[in-house]
Amino acid sequence: MASYSTNEFKGGLKIMIDGDPCAIIENEFVKPGKGQAFVRAKIRNLKTGRVVERTYKSGESVEAADVMDVDLQYLYSDGEFWHFMDTETFEQRAATAEAVGDAAKWLKEQDMCEVTLWNDNPLAVTPPNFVMLAVADTDPGVRGDTSGGGGKPATLETGAVVRVPLFIDIGEILKIDTRTGEYVGRGKD
Amino acid sequence: MQPYADWRPAASLDTLRLRAELLARIRRFFASRDILEVETPVLSCAANTDPALQSFTTVYTGPGSVTDTLRYLQTSPEFPMKRLLAAGAGSIYQLCKVFRDGECGARHNPEFTLLEWYRTGFDHLDLMDEVEQMLTAVLAGIAPLDSVQHWTYRELFLQFAGVDPFTELPGELQARLESEFDITPVGLPEDDLDCWLDLVMTHVIEPKLGAGLVFVRDYPASQAALARLRRGAPPVAARFEAYLNGVELANGFHELADVAEQRARFENDLERRRRGRHMNIKMDERLLSALESGLPDCAGVALGVDRLVMIASGVSCLSDVIAFPFDSA
Repeated sequence: MASYSTNEFKGGLKIMIDGDPCAIIENEFVKPGKGQAFVRAKIRNLKTGRVVERTYKSGESVEAADVMDVDLQYLYSDGEFWHFMDTETFEQRAATAEAVGDAAKWLKEQDMCEVTLWNDNPLAVTPPNFVMLAVADTDPGVRGDTSGGGGKPATLETGAVVRVPLFIDIGEILKIDTRTGEYVGRGKD
Repeated sequence: MQPYADWRPAASLDTLRLRAELLARIRRFFASRDILEVETPVLSCAANTDPALQSFTTVYTGPGSVTDTLRYLQTSPEFPMKRLLAAGAGSIYQLCKVFRDGECGARHNPEFTLLEWYRTGFDHLDLMDEVEQMLTAVLAGIAPLDSVQHWTYRELFLQFAGVDPFTELPGELQARLESEFDITPVGLPEDDLDCWLDLVMTHVIEPKLGAGLVFVRDYPASQAALARLRRGAPPVAARFEAYLNGVELANGFHELADVAEQRARFENDLERRRRGRHMNIKMDERLLSALESGLPDCAGVALGVDRLVMIASGVSCLSDVIAFPFDSA
């Protein structure tokens, strides 16, 4: 079984904790001058997203998690699974609702996503930073209002609801920052 | 070949000027008290056996009737300075580079600058007062001391963690760390109470110490290192630590002078090193010979100069005050 020494700890390293794959967020070396050396790590559980802290005796070995990030194309959802494809090998992978999580509301067919695989199964899905999505429903646009002040809610084709300026109409394509869930601008589509 | 962007110093030139000023003030402080500045070897035939300290080694090649070609880089200048004390040097100090393998982080650099001094006729309590006087003089007008507190190790643990270090058991500590302080340790030896107390000190107490100078004294006998023990129930080590703004800055002892006791501690250290699979270390027989001939009653303290510069600069990372930290050295 692959393992890492705490000396190899750094942000992004994937390790197993209590049977779950986790990623190290940050780690700190702590040692009293005449005492035991510790490595204190802040760790994200990749299944649940929860952040926990662990303190290791410096130099201990920790089991490595077979976790890797790959770029896959989102194909479709059958209601139970979200299907992705490797655009080079055409190999397909199905992600559960749990793995897709909040990303679901930004997923548009054919967009490329970063999929985290654990033992070759999708564990988490990160949508593109920016997505172009059509407005499915919103109050009628107010002509001439380009102030952007105030705004109104708009429901997008994927079901996500974002605040948009008053002048936006149904059918328009919008550019959205998925990291903040905020409207960036009108798309050129 | 790509140029290395980190050829530049990590510390600002202003910080390096502050470092130089602090070093000048330290030397003035000791000169004003007629304490002799000394230099001792960085490369020695023997080293500190303490299992918590890992020495770098190197090998001498070349002429000279050198029997010990394996050399240890000093983890502190303590042993040769004690040989000077035993030879009648009187009170002495040294500013030097020391080297500790396996220690790298925001507050550790594997090579760092240590100020170490010894006062004949002092005990650890007298020396704590002098540490305070030295810091007051050196930091005046730069980062004046807010306050000075004195704690015994036991009082400190009771006050800040609700833990009695002299009666607690490792198993009980583990349960309380998880439930009260949300600290989950992995792989700590279950029978090594000192390891658990170190965890409480670094994870629970240090973050609560706050601004100012805090002295802690009367350590458990098992953490005596090179301090003499004081009889009592329980017996405690005549050892102190100084924390400045929550950062461990200095460690001092009323120095152990008993050669038989010193040899027994070295042997105990070496046994612990074997069990912990650490590199074996050659015991310093010249130090033991010096103790045999007689070490004057004295107290000594080692103070991390880089950390002092860090605190005086108001930053929290050693790499901000070292020209070229380990990863760009």
